[in-house]
Amino acid sequence: MIKVKINGQEQSWDGDPDLPLLWFLRDEAGLTGTKFGCGQALCGSCTVIVDKEAVRSCITSINDVAGREVTTIEGLHPNGDHPVQKAWRQVNVPQCGFCQAGQIMQAAALLMDNPKPSHDQIREAMSGNICRCGCYQRIENAVHLASTGV
Amino acid sequence: MNFIDNPGKLRGFEKHVKIEKVSRRSILKGLGITGGFVLAAPVMTRQAFAYETGAGKMPHGVVVDPRVFVSVAPDGIVTIVGHRSEMGTGVRTSLPLIVAEEMEADWSRVKVQQAHGDEVKFGNQDTDGSRSTRHYLLPMRQIGASARTMLEQAAAKRWGVPATEVKAVNHEVVHSASGRKLGFGELAADAAKESVPAIEGLKLKDAKDFRYLTKGQIGIVDLHDITTGKARYGADVRLPGMKYAVIARPPVTGGKLVSFDPDAALKVPGVEKVMKVQGWPWPSKFQPLGGVAVIARNTGAAIKGRNALKLVWDDGANAKYDSVAFRKELEEASRKPGLVVRQEGDADAALKGADKVIVGEYYIPHLAHVSMEPPVAVADVKGDKAEIWAPVQSPGGTRDDVAKTLGIPEGNVTVNVTLLGGGFGRKSKCDFALEAALLSKELGTPVKVQWTREDDIRNGFLHTVSAERIEAGLDKSGKVIAWRHRSVAPSIASTFAAGTVHQAPFEVGMGLADMPFEIANISCENPEAAAHTRIGWFRSVSNIPRAFAVQSMVGEIAQATGRDQKDMLLELIGSPRIVKPNVKDLWNYGEPQDSYPIDTARLRKVVELVAEKGQWGRQVPKGHGLGIAVHRSFVSYIATIVEVAVDDKGKLTVPRVDTAIDCGTYVNPERIASQIEGAAIMGLSLAKYGEISFKDGKVQQKNFDDFQVVRIDESPVVTNVYIVPPGPDTPPSGVGEPGVPPFAPALINAIFAATGKRIRSLPIGKQLEA
Ligand code: FES
Ligand code: FES
Repeated sequence: MIKVKINGQEQSWDGDPDLPLLWFLRDEAGLTGTKFGCGQALCGSCTVIVDKEAVRSCITSINDVAGREVTTIEGLHPNGDHPVQKAWRQVNVPQCGFCQAGQIMQAAALLMDNPKPSHDQIREAMSGNICRCGCYQRIENAVHLASTGV
Repeated sequence: MNFIDNPGKLRGFEKHVKIEKVSRRSILKGLGITGGFVLAAPVMTRQAFAYETGAGKMPHGVVVDPRVFVSVAPDGIVTIVGHRSEMGTGVRTSLPLIVAEEMEADWSRVKVQQAHGDEVKFGNQDTDGSRSTRHYLLPMRQIGASARTMLEQAAAKRWGVPATEVKAVNHEVVHSASGRKLGFGELAADAAKESVPAIEGLKLKDAKDFRYLTKGQIGIVDLHDITTGKARYGADVRLPGMKYAVIARPPVTGGKLVSFDPDAALKVPGVEKVMKVQGWPWPSKFQPLGGVAVIARNTGAAIKGRNALKLVWDDGANAKYDSVAFRKELEEASRKPGLVVRQEGDADAALKGADKVIVGEYYIPHLAHVSMEPPVAVADVKGDKAEIWAPVQSPGGTRDDVAKTLGIPEGNVTVNVTLLGGGFGRKSKCDFALEAALLSKELGTPVKVQWTREDDIRNGFLHTVSAERIEAGLDKSGKVIAWRHRSVAPSIASTFAAGTVHQAPFEVGMGLADMPFEIANISCENPEAAAHTRIGWFRSVSNIPRAFAVQSMVGEIAQATGRDQKDMLLELIGSPRIVKPNVKDLWNYGEPQDSYPIDTARLRKVVELVAEKGQWGRQVPKGHGLGIAVHRSFVSYIATIVEVAVDDKGKLTVPRVDTAIDCGTYVNPERIASQIEGAAIMGLSLAKYGEISFKDGKVQQKNFDDFQVVRIDESPVVTNVYIVPPGPDTPPSGVGEPGVPPFAPALINAIFAATGKRIRSLPIGKQLEA
């Protein structure tokens, strides 16, 4: 039996220990905010925070996070008012929105690590997250806004 | 008032709009092959806008009825139906916002409800072709004005005063003479009893009184849900007892399953079943390709199970499709005469007599849509009833196709439209929903079919591949006197009709035969090309290769004659005039020529505007260059300037993009900007990396590692968007697609300015590294 804390709640799994965390979250735990975009750690849609680090849940097995703390977009802030979320809304970032949970989690992890990232540091840290709609200019502006206070 | 619960006869409308049932799937009509159309939208008396669109000619036309689109609850909450699919353009916000504007509803008390697929009820729902605002601005205004009028009439009756004395203002009706007021909620029940006013008598708001339209201060309705993970896309639908399916499909288009061994797959923990999926013979329209489905308790197990399948395929007729050989075939065809689709003057003779002939041969490969959300659908089929939840661009068409595929009446099919995680034309084709329906029918349980990214790239409906060849003849003074453009590409029609070798009229009309330059001798030709994979609509469609070729050629002529690119472009566009190409039934994006002519004054205007705002001719650092391109598509006019920087290793970056768009009368400038910003990224992606290639009939790419798209660290540092203010009667035109075509040629012209290297074949790939 694998035990993992997700958004503060204890969850357990006694199926395939190799099951990617992404599919545990989405299909078994019903937390569909985390998205599937590539399954190969190439797009960042599935980004969650494990302990304090941004992680691609599509290539992280449920076994890899046993005993650790996972935060998904649903658990980032109780009312959805994390500074990154607020900045995202202020800048009107999303188009289709599908990549945005992953982008927001990546940005939140970046700011935990580096509260005042430069233009280049934002671009570097966010470069694993694809937005096919092409919201990059606004993503950069929103991360910048979140880092300077919303 | 609940307009929805109070159906009854349409009044004032039925005499103007006759809606014939035209099946969405009689797709060939859209390809200009058969007729059978709906009558045009109502002829408007001259109001704020007076124009006609092609909306009435779309299958099932337009429904202008407040009882279908609006309801008001006693607590005052106004619910407005969004009947088009939201894939990132903002349409689920913009169309209801138009209704709210006209009915004087307060947006903070408006809820948007997504329509299910029902074109008889809602009118055409096929969300593609950059048509939503273009076709629905006026009808949505009329719907809002009708609802407002009914509320005003109800209040006037209650107070016993003439309706002319009352006025709806911000969610209430006021009688200023007596100072009385009634909220929309208080009037709801009475208003529902009012008859729906005739369209001709409706008074639309004066644009100067707009609170929301053209202001751009309203965020999209899903903004909060998107940022908190609550927004529900196709993949997020979960039903009790639902199974998860992943399908192994034929690796070659038209291939068939010979045999399969499910044993290893069945041993994977969580896998419950392995079953065949019905496939249709090629060309298969939107029908499933067939294959083997692995059914599991979660998607992860289904994917693992599929990887363990042993499959034997018969690759069929396309087993030899090879992109290297096919390119040669296309290029050779482009060097010989082909079907003439436009002829003015005598291009042959003029080219022979020219002082100088410039030849450009351009190549643009297949592209995959790779919408961020791969295709996915949930189906629950019980007996002769089916319910679908899916991110589809065409819910009406999906309903029709599900009914036909399962052999049940259309009325027994419900198609629930989720948010779309991107569409770009891929989700106009509902094969993934049909797969789910077939599997659910056989399993007797709800099932979700999830495509992986590899499936999306290998089994999609690709953008075509094309060779474009342009010869421009110049006289002694350097004036262009002859233009011959040959465009060779497999047609989208090949996905519907076997043996198709020519472009359909709608493809000919996308940047080939509608070319706007003022040149005396023009020949546009379309030599034959057969398809060897499924070809489909991709955001802006044939405009991508045509704009790339035509606008690159402008750069080449400027280069050969030592002229400034922008001056050359304006000289070729020529005098301000309405271009009437010598083409029988020239396709004009389905719009009447009267409302939407090819207007070179507007084309010139976006070039001049972008040149001014984007500071054309400004000094740029060494290794940088500026390029410009303009293109009319989806009846909008767009010009783009790209500044590129190429370092000594050939690495390119884009410091700045400037785009001017004339999309006529518009609704939401903020979403127009976001579409244009996104179009620059998509244009840069296809120019830098975009290539799907085939070998032995199989797609060579698989995921974002070998089919790359632009990431944030290489995206333009800034994209500026300038919107041309519309004239009072300028009809609305497309926004979602037209930003893409001018980007690649502007970039290529900029690269030439920066490096002296002329790129004629996309993607750029490593060409600058040499
Ligand atoms: S789905 Fe995990 S990185 Fe793309
Ligand atoms: S908003 Fe659509 S992929 Fe990012």
